[in-house]
Amino acid sequence: MPDPVVVLIEDEPQIRRFLRATLTGQGYRLFEAATGADGIVEVGSRQPDVVIVDLGLPDMDGLDVIRRIREWSAVPVIVLSARGQERDKVTALDAGADDYVSKPFSASELLARIRVALRHTAGASHESDETTFKVGDLRVDQLHRRVQVGEKEIHLTPIEYKLLTTLVHHAGKVVTHQQLLREVWGPAHTEQAHYVRVYMAHLRHKLEGEPARPRYLLTEAGVGYRLTAE
Amino acid sequence: MTVDRPDPDALLARVKAEEARARRGKLKVFFGAAAGVGKTYAMLEAAREQRADGVDVLVGYAETHGRAETEALLEGLETLPARLVEYRGATLREFDLDGALARRPRLIVVDELAHTNAPGSRHAKRWQDVLELLDAGIDVYTTMNVQHVESLNDVVAKITGIVVRETVPDSLLEQADDVELVDVPPDDLLERFKDGKVYVPDQAQEAVKNFFRKGNLIALRELALRRTAERVDAQMRLYMREHAIDKAWPTAERLLVCISPGPDSARLVRAAKRMADRLGAPWVAAYVETPAQRRLPAEARDRVTQTLRLAEQLGAETYTLPGQKMSEAILAFAHDRNVTKIVVGKPRRPRWKRIVIGSIVDALVQGSGDIDVYVISAEREDGAPPAPARRRPSPTDWPSYGWATAVVALASGVAWLTLPFFELANLVMVYLLGIVVVATRYGQGPSLVASILSVAALDFFFVPPVFTFAVSDIRYVFVFVVMLVVGLVTSRLAARIREQAVGARQREERTAALYAMSRELASTRGVDPLLAIAVRHISEVFRSQIVVVMPGVDGSLTAWSGGQFPLDTNELGVARWVHEHHQLAGLGTATLPGASALYLPLQAPRGPVGVLGVRPADRHALDAPDQLHQLETFANQTALAIERAQLADEAQDAQVRIETERLRSSLLSSVSHDLRTPLATITGAASTILESGPRLDAQTRQELLESVREEADRLNRLVQNLLEMTRLESGALQLRREWHPLEEVIGAALSRLGKKLAGRKVHTSVPPDLPLVPIDDVLVEQVLVNLLDNAIKYTPAESPIRIMATSTDEAVTVEISDRGPGLPRGEEDRIFEKFYRAQPDRGRGSGLGLAICQGIVKAHGGRIWAQNLPEGGVAFLFTLPRVGTPPAVPADA
Repeated sequence: MPDPVVVLIEDEPQIRRFLRATLTGQGYRLFEAATGADGIVEVGSRQPDVVIVDLGLPDMDGLDVIRRIREWSAVPVIVLSARGQERDKVTALDAGADDYVSKPFSASELLARIRVALRHTAGASHESDETTFKVGDLRVDQLHRRVQVGEKEIHLTPIEYKLLTTLVHHAGKVVTHQQLLREVWGPAHTEQAHYVRVYMAHLRHKLEGEPARPRYLLTEAGVGYRLTAE
Repeated sequence: MTVDRPDPDALLARVKAEEARARRGKLKVFFGAAAGVGKTYAMLEAAREQRADGVDVLVGYAETHGRAETEALLEGLETLPARLVEYRGATLREFDLDGALARRPRLIVVDELAHTNAPGSRHAKRWQDVLELLDAGIDVYTTMNVQHVESLNDVVAKITGIVVRETVPDSLLEQADDVELVDVPPDDLLERFKDGKVYVPDQAQEAVKNFFRKGNLIALRELALRRTAERVDAQMRLYMREHAIDKAWPTAERLLVCISPGPDSARLVRAAKRMADRLGAPWVAAYVETPAQRRLPAEARDRVTQTLRLAEQLGAETYTLPGQKMSEAILAFAHDRNVTKIVVGKPRRPRWKRIVIGSIVDALVQGSGDIDVYVISAEREDGAPPAPARRRPSPTDWPSYGWATAVVALASGVAWLTLPFFELANLVMVYLLGIVVVATRYGQGPSLVASILSVAALDFFFVPPVFTFAVSDIRYVFVFVVMLVVGLVTSRLAARIREQAVGARQREERTAALYAMSRELASTRGVDPLLAIAVRHISEVFRSQIVVVMPGVDGSLTAWSGGQFPLDTNELGVARWVHEHHQLAGLGTATLPGASALYLPLQAPRGPVGVLGVRPADRHALDAPDQLHQLETFANQTALAIERAQLADEAQDAQVRIETERLRSSLLSSVSHDLRTPLATITGAASTILESGPRLDAQTRQELLESVREEADRLNRLVQNLLEMTRLESGALQLRREWHPLEEVIGAALSRLGKKLAGRKVHTSVPPDLPLVPIDDVLVEQVLVNLLDNAIKYTPAESPIRIMATSTDEAVTVEISDRGPGLPRGEEDRIFEKFYRAQPDRGRGSGLGLAICQGIVKAHGGRIWAQNLPEGGVAFLFTLPRVGTPPAVPADA
């Protein structure tokens, strides 16, 4: 498999420099753009495997960049944004972004997100040959509808199971409340974010050793949830 | 030595007066003895001279009466178009005050100072227009005749037999910077009159012919000359005073004039004014309101009101004194005020009455001691014949008379029953008791009736021959007479006591009302509540509707929202005038009398704070000076209270500014220190790595890189805190409340702290049935992160941290406790202040973390506090109120 191609749309030269060092050192082929317009052109011409977009660009809104890319490409998009702008993150995710990293971030954090994104692209291309999801002690066998923590089999209600499999489907990626509501309860219930929270609590009590210090079902305050993937 | 030097205070007052005079326009009056002496001509000539000197002159109003030589003088002078007023089908030409103020010349010529403006004008009199021009800093040339001087009005009327209705207050003439006497010998004037050179209105031909008699003209000329001479004399005295020439300071004379309801008291007031002027003394006019005078006909009371107003216009201080006996009240007041001379009118009571009841003058003279008493003849004013004094046709109080009759009937009944046991003479006592009861309860009229009825009843029922009014024994007639006299005297006394009580109660009520308002104002903060109190009290006491108009931030006047009647633009205009001129206007005054309400300036020591509008239920309720004074007292109290509130607000603002300033400098020093420290580490470490390159061993290199990263983290936290604090304080923070399980938020906080918690024992105890709470999860997570971060920072690495959540019906309480050193005693509250650090020398935090926690918890309606634990360590607790009902979640199988 050839080296994965990453397009980075970021106006700050210092951040570009640091990411160039990190990503090329990890074997990625990197193409950079300092403006949104250039970035969209780069995405069109380079056929990247992952796009990294900063939300604060000088020429156009990062959200618009995402929307424009989504018009013709399903390439994974990772957003760079600051803490405290949870609303922007949710908007970006709803606009089609796959994941986000809050500034300031460490190289390992970003690399992990890229890996998850690449894995999902790969998974989508040769359909579910893996029906069992495993992380730590947690095993979710979707073929036989079995959930185990260690050796113990866990009984889940239909909604809990649906919620868990939805998270498994997006494992490693952040999933917003809206997405979960839409996929588990259906499009009529997108206003009832507390449904998700309550069932998430049920799930934690069944799956986590210490529900107040979860290992698998992580909360991204103000944004959504992430199922640990690695 | 000191005698040669003027008193510094007086000097200061003089300097101030001069300053005020410099800002005001200068007034020059062309003064004449009669019409036709050539005042307008002289005035226009003088104006032309000014014009020739390059002064910006405007003719505001000039009455040429079509005389060619006068009209010729107007040529070349700019003339202000007259304001045309429609009044009863006629078009009146009036001076255009607003036009003049808008044009703002240096000097304006306004003829006929005594003119009465057409109804609907801003001021009732032209002299008021002139005052406004002067206030605006415009010089004024004007004309007037001697008969228009208020204090000479009656003298002129006596000389000429013509009462002049248009008068100008003496104060205006006294204020004038210049008075030029335009004088023509009487013979020349008569000549002019015969030649038709003197303007005479058609309808007044006869009157004017009588007026233009040589005798009259000589007398008027003398008056005018004397008046001008007095002025010159006053100027001379002023000059001497200013230049310390007069070593003998004017004696402290003070004049008191007693006003009576009689028709001649206006004359008395004018006489007193002239006397006071000649003495150069201040003067006071007082009216004693005895119980008897409260029963006077409305007309007489109105006259008193008018006389007091006249005195006020002539420059007197006026007082209404309550009292039983006029002489006593006057003397007490005079002694109290250090009055040196009392002026009274000659008594008009018939001689026999004076002997029986006594005369006020006699009483005054007897009790005056070292005060001089001047008695001035009480001739009637010509042209103003007094209405025959008649009793006020007070509405007859029929029920009272009914009760009086009933009481007599009852007395007769009792007498009838006791007749077998008592003698006839004793029955008189029963009747007298009845009379006393009626007198104390129903006043004089009914008790009079009761006295007569009692005598009649006694005669009819008990005196033989019984059941006739005939009397067999002449001795009974004596009993009747004595009984009637005793009855009358008793009723008179009782009625007087009752009146006194009523009067005292009225005064007490007013004082009590004022006191009640003052007390309530004193215990209230904030302008709006103060105004509400003032409006309520004034409205009750004066039975009026009240509005308050206050200047807004931009200085424009707007009605306060709690007013009791709406203000249209006209009324608001009146209020604006009052605010700008610091004088009352509107209903019942001479300025803008067309307004529906009376407007008083709310004058506080620092300046005007607003305008009070009073619309009485009865249009004339506020005409009496004592009512007006009372209202002014209320207004002053209100103004003081408003100013006090405004000062308090300003003081608070200043305090806040100082506090903000202190915080800002504290922030600057703290932030610059906190930002520089990690930056220094980062720069140092990075440069070491760059410059030493391969010479560094791997371990040192690793350490340096780790410190770069740690310091960068620290910098990040600081910036985060600063941003958070700024958002909290700028009010930009918006809570996005949603229903959350608290456990999840705690979990999110714990995973955010991640590596920092490595190796720490964290006990979390959250009851599984803890209800959902309506919170902003991002912010509450921040609170938890900050509190946990502190616990990590200030306690040993291996000591445990405990997170506990409990719930009551009202709130969920979260407690985060550690087993560290605890807080310094007494600092449990201070730690939530901005930039406070428990251990300043260690300087590890920004001193903002807890302040942010407090801001967030408060925004949720909760409370945050810290307490040292008896077993060691500190617990931070915060509450999150449970507002509303948690939404239901459908269960699934």
